[in-house]
Amino acid sequence: MTELTAIPVLQRKPDLSKAQLRRRYRAEARFRLYGVAAILFAVGILALLLGSIISTGFSAFMQTEIALDVQLDPAIIDPDGARDPAVLAGASYRKIVRTGLAELFPDVSGRKAKRDLNRLISRGADLELRDRVVADPSIIGTTVTIWIKSSADIDSLNKGQIPRDVVEADRRVKDNQIAWFDTLDADDRVRRSFNTTLFTAGDSREPEQAGIWGAAVGSFLTLIVTLALSFPVGVMAAVYLEAFAPKNRWTDLIEVNINNLAAVPSIVFGLLGLAVFLNFFGLPRSAPIVGGTVLALMTLPTIIIAGRAALNAVPPSIREAALAMGASPLQAITHHVLPLAMPGILTGTIIGMARALGETAPLLMIGMVAFIVDIPRTFTDPATVLPVQVFLWADAPERAFVEKTSAAILVLLAFLILMNLAAVILRKKFERRW
Amino acid sequence: MYLKTLSLAAAVTLAAIGAAEAREQIRIVGSSTVFPFSTAVAEQFGKSTPFKTPVVESTGSGGGMKLFCAGVGEQHPDVTNSSRRIKKSEFDNCTANGIGITEVQIGFDGIVLGSSKAGADLDLTLEQVFLALAAKVPVEGKLVDNPYKMWSDIDPKLPKKKIEILGPPPTSGTRDAFVEIAMEGGCEALAGAKELGLTKKACHNIREDGAFIEAGENDNLIVQKLESNPAAVGIFGFSFLDQNADKMKGAMINGVPAEFERIADGDYPVSRSLFFYVKQQHVGVIPGIKEFIAEFTSDDAWGEDGYLVDKGLIPLPEEERQATMEAATGLQSLSM
Repeated sequence: MTELTAIPVLQRKPDLSKAQLRRRYRAEARFRLYGVAAILFAVGILALLLGSIISTGFSAFMQTEIALDVQLDPAIIDPDGARDPAVLAGASYRKIVRTGLAELFPDVSGRKAKRDLNRLISRGADLELRDRVVADPSIIGTTVTIWIKSSADIDSLNKGQIPRDVVEADRRVKDNQIAWFDTLDADDRVRRSFNTTLFTAGDSREPEQAGIWGAAVGSFLTLIVTLALSFPVGVMAAVYLEAFAPKNRWTDLIEVNINNLAAVPSIVFGLLGLAVFLNFFGLPRSAPIVGGTVLALMTLPTIIIAGRAALNAVPPSIREAALAMGASPLQAITHHVLPLAMPGILTGTIIGMARALGETAPLLMIGMVAFIVDIPRTFTDPATVLPVQVFLWADAPERAFVEKTSAAILVLLAFLILMNLAAVILRKKFERRW
Repeated sequence: MYLKTLSLAAAVTLAAIGAAEAREQIRIVGSSTVFPFSTAVAEQFGKSTPFKTPVVESTGSGGGMKLFCAGVGEQHPDVTNSSRRIKKSEFDNCTANGIGITEVQIGFDGIVLGSSKAGADLDLTLEQVFLALAAKVPVEGKLVDNPYKMWSDIDPKLPKKKIEILGPPPTSGTRDAFVEIAMEGGCEALAGAKELGLTKKACHNIREDGAFIEAGENDNLIVQKLESNPAAVGIFGFSFLDQNADKMKGAMINGVPAEFERIADGDYPVSRSLFFYVKQQHVGVIPGIKEFIAEFTSDDAWGEDGYLVDKGLIPLPEEERQATMEAATGLQSLSM
């Protein structure tokens, strides 16, 4: 025992000097500062992105309207007085609207001036009037004051997006149109109201008539297909791989491939969809059923990976206890393990769905990047989705689509936030820690 | 047993969807340049007739032709748009697949060299455009890598500004048309280029030393970039110049300004014809094709006061419109 003390032991004593301690505290403070800086940077970039989208997009939620007194002449709308809806819908309302506008400016003459005048109001104004008459035929024969949408250029002028001080030739809105608009404004015939069309209409080439409802319904139909296909298949695959599959080379290979599939660029799934669903099965182009299937293939690996992680997080003691109490392996899984893993699986599914909602590339191949006006009703109707609508509007030459693009992005972001919020709430509410 | 029934049900559903009843709406594919016009007509057609609104896809002229010529049947599109005339090879492919085509020329499109209002005015000849953009140019009788860094290097009369041109990538129809009309035209007019082998395709090569920047298919993006960089010049369609006339200006080419009237007259050198092609076998099978042609070729649409002109289309001269309309509504067959 005594020899031991004789051996010189190289012992490192902690340096507890003040200077060393201060250095350590400073290093710690610096490290925290880096962390805060990283977060501030990320938040700053996000704020910049949101700020620029909101600042360009918020004006799209308002639309300039002009009040016209239109005389609903029965001779034009309903010559035989039968109030037949088909006759009412087929009448020439354009003329009525234009007469209403011309009456406000009786001194405008000449073809070019009249054309300029008619450009104050939306090309779809006659259809607004038609819908109103068809809905309530009793107004025929009277003179009514209606608020109709102004054209997109006038709307931009009213919102200050078209400068008045540039040379007339370089402006979309001409001097005479500005003068007419100002007269209308002075007569209290101009107002800005909430742009409901943006939320109720399908796509249009006229910015003031364009809406995102068609794309939203398309997204909804597509996601239903995606969920219906990827959730059951993904959960079954996860359960089998986690609970039943033997651990051998084959299951390893499958696992590697699933992880690989999660990282495959989404356009590849689009090409697959084109080759298999369109060319081989002959399914219709631009249909949500095809889009949903393609996105389901894309979401599947995410769900399987999240599902396996969630199942893995359930302590083995639960399953073993169930088995010990006489439950069959099937009962142990379905009665005990799966319900406990469900919040985790659902979180993964919602995140996968959110990714599918934001996807455009695979849809390009199967024809969902298209101009579609009619709102889809079934899974085989031609449809488009929200991000595609953003893409199409961003590409449109009309200036007024710039604000519409940002507005559509805001709506898409709102959906994404809702979905991710749902995932967080699910996790907070149902997750159990062991 | 359960699984068997399930898979059987799935198979039956798939088959039922595949054999869905005849398509109700017209399907249009093709050029992104014609897309704004085609969609405007489709929308008007959908609103003013009892037919469903046609579905329009922007696939590019070449991609559209491929889909269009693939065959007859409701899974194939009925109409394709093109920012150039159909090629002989495409026509042969179509004919081989039993497709009869009606060609309709709808008007013109000008390609402009635009820059920000804050930048210098440019008055270029096609030769100068070629010299500014080509990968290899003739200098003192020899073909060398493009040495021009400043516009004033090409011609002392041009501004003393760095050559910086933003344009579409090779997949774009605008790019195709630009190299074919402007680059090739400049090449042909350039003295001594022919002797050095600069003819046709050889003139199409655009420099890759940073003076030309590929700015993506989106013309709006090019316009935005030009706005923030007044020294740069961009290549894009006339309709984008028209929409952004308060911020952008077009360069004069061979002394002709990029204006609506001058493109319509055919004076402006960099312009091209726009077409759409109709599959005759689908007329009468898919409802509304004839009416769609009639709407497209109506005065309300493509006339001088029509809504397509508002969208930036440069219309055909009046007599030609009349003749084209008659040929189109009569479904005259195209032969090559």
